[in-house]
Amino acid sequence: MTGRFRIGGARLMHIYTWVLIAWLVLPISVMILFGFNNPSGRYNQTWQGFTFKWYRDVFALEALTDALVMSLVIAVMTALIAGALGTGIGYALGRWRFRGAGGLNLLMFAAISSPELVMGSSLLSMFVSLGVSPGPVTITIAHVMFSVSFVAIVVRARVVTLDRSLEEAAADLGASGWTTFWKVIFPILLPAIFSGVMLAFALSIDDFVITNFTGGTTETFPMWIWGATRVGLPPQVNVMGTMIFAAGVLIAVASNIRSRSKKKVAA
Amino acid sequence: MDRVKRTLAPYLLVLPGGLWLVVFFAVPMATMVSLSLQEGDVVNGFVFTGHWQNYVESLADYQTQLIRSLVYGAVTSFVLIVLAFPVAYWIAFYGGKRKATYLFLILLPFFVSFVLRTISWRMLLTDDGVLLHPLKEAGVLPADFQVLGTATAVIAGLVYSFLPFMVLPIYVALERIDPRVVEAARDLYASPVSSFTKVIFPLALPGVFAGVLMTFVPASSDYVNSELLGSSETTMIGQVIQSKFLSNSDYPSASALSFTLMAVLLVGIFAYARALGTEDVMKVAAR
Repeated sequence: MTGRFRIGGARLMHIYTWVLIAWLVLPISVMILFGFNNPSGRYNQTWQGFTFKWYRDVFALEALTDALVMSLVIAVMTALIAGALGTGIGYALGRWRFRGAGGLNLLMFAAISSPELVMGSSLLSMFVSLGVSPGPVTITIAHVMFSVSFVAIVVRARVVTLDRSLEEAAADLGASGWTTFWKVIFPILLPAIFSGVMLAFALSIDDFVITNFTGGTTETFPMWIWGATRVGLPPQVNVMGTMIFAAGVLIAVASNIRSRSKKKVAA
Repeated sequence: MDRVKRTLAPYLLVLPGGLWLVVFFAVPMATMVSLSLQEGDVVNGFVFTGHWQNYVESLADYQTQLIRSLVYGAVTSFVLIVLAFPVAYWIAFYGGKRKATYLFLILLPFFVSFVLRTISWRMLLTDDGVLLHPLKEAGVLPADFQVLGTATAVIAGLVYSFLPFMVLPIYVALERIDPRVVEAARDLYASPVSSFTKVIFPLALPGVFAGVLMTFVPASSDYVNSELLGSSETTMIGQVIQSKFLSNSDYPSASALSFTLMAVLLVGIFAYARALGTEDVMKVAAR
């Protein structure tokens, strides 16, 4: 079957795919490697020897640690709020046809495909016009705004595939609509909600452009790095970047393995 | 009573999130349009005067940067189609059981902060860094050879930043192709090449369009790559807007530029939505 797709050069394409992956991974490897570098001066640019000391002193720079904590707090708040709001939208869009659904869809599409620069600058315009001073709260508002649609899409995709006979069965057994939702539907949706929440968390912790516009002088992890580029980045940045990378990859792999083993059980 | 509850249920669920999007996405856009037609300064405040001159003046001053950004965005998307298509093709048709693993590898950069990734590139490409220094020592490159600060460096950075956004939609489109269609083409004596150009590629086009939308918009409005990898010769409109908003507090003309950029991109975004629907982009976005 797939034989019909083989247009020759498959081997070349295979090698090419790996070259491209290597290219994608190259700057990541550099980031990880230079977390172990032992630079003599302020510039962590050339390799000068192996050390673990930046892992030991990872939280030694107070301002950087504060920025990381700020990023984590904002990401958790964003994930919780966007998780709740996005689940509401996703469930409604997947479950019912209703007036306004098309408009809402278009609004979500616009929020996903609009340039971050424009979303950030227009939010700043509004905050300036209203005299609201930017800070962690305005950053969180902005992060919820751009991540809520992603959560909604992930949840909707699961709701669409729900077996409606489950609800009927629950109703036949005398469960109220409310009980059915919490005891039957919600547990089924939970993995999708969890991936939506994790996605919102990841989008928030990585965000630079919108934070740059809506944060004022608030320093998140990416903002701190941006501010420090000119004077040279301390190796602690590489260590923290590596830790975020490792945590993200581990969570992604773990949830993948979990959903696969569940599928096997179901089969 | 129960009926009323049931008709109301979707609206109640949608309301908080929908309101959030209206208040913090749609309303700010309107505020920005209004701000772009105002006059004044930060100290004395801004007044709405329908001042169209903001557009005329800022476009006259920064048309070079605006056009440059659109050109960089277009080149980035084009390079990405060429780079990403074979990879998406290989994963879709030869990936076998490892498809998910390959896609995961393609997505790996997203686990590192965007700014940090770009800084890593700057480190790699710096004049006497790990890549250029050995080549210069060996005499492969002249001693004064430079990558940083050039348009090539900025576009390469943009290509790197948004590559996954081109691979994924093309992959999704290729995945969807019914193998029987290709078999039919072969049974009707289409050569491998013509079954690719006449059957597979046209079917993959929606994915290519989605990829162009998802890469052209962020690339042409980016300012991180041109700030970190470029020079004054490569200044993009995003940098102008960013510094007008955040350093100079020149809100009206910054808003005018930002809205102009949005208007240009919006034409593309809605033309895409009308022609091909919103599903493909949303599906890919949520991966």
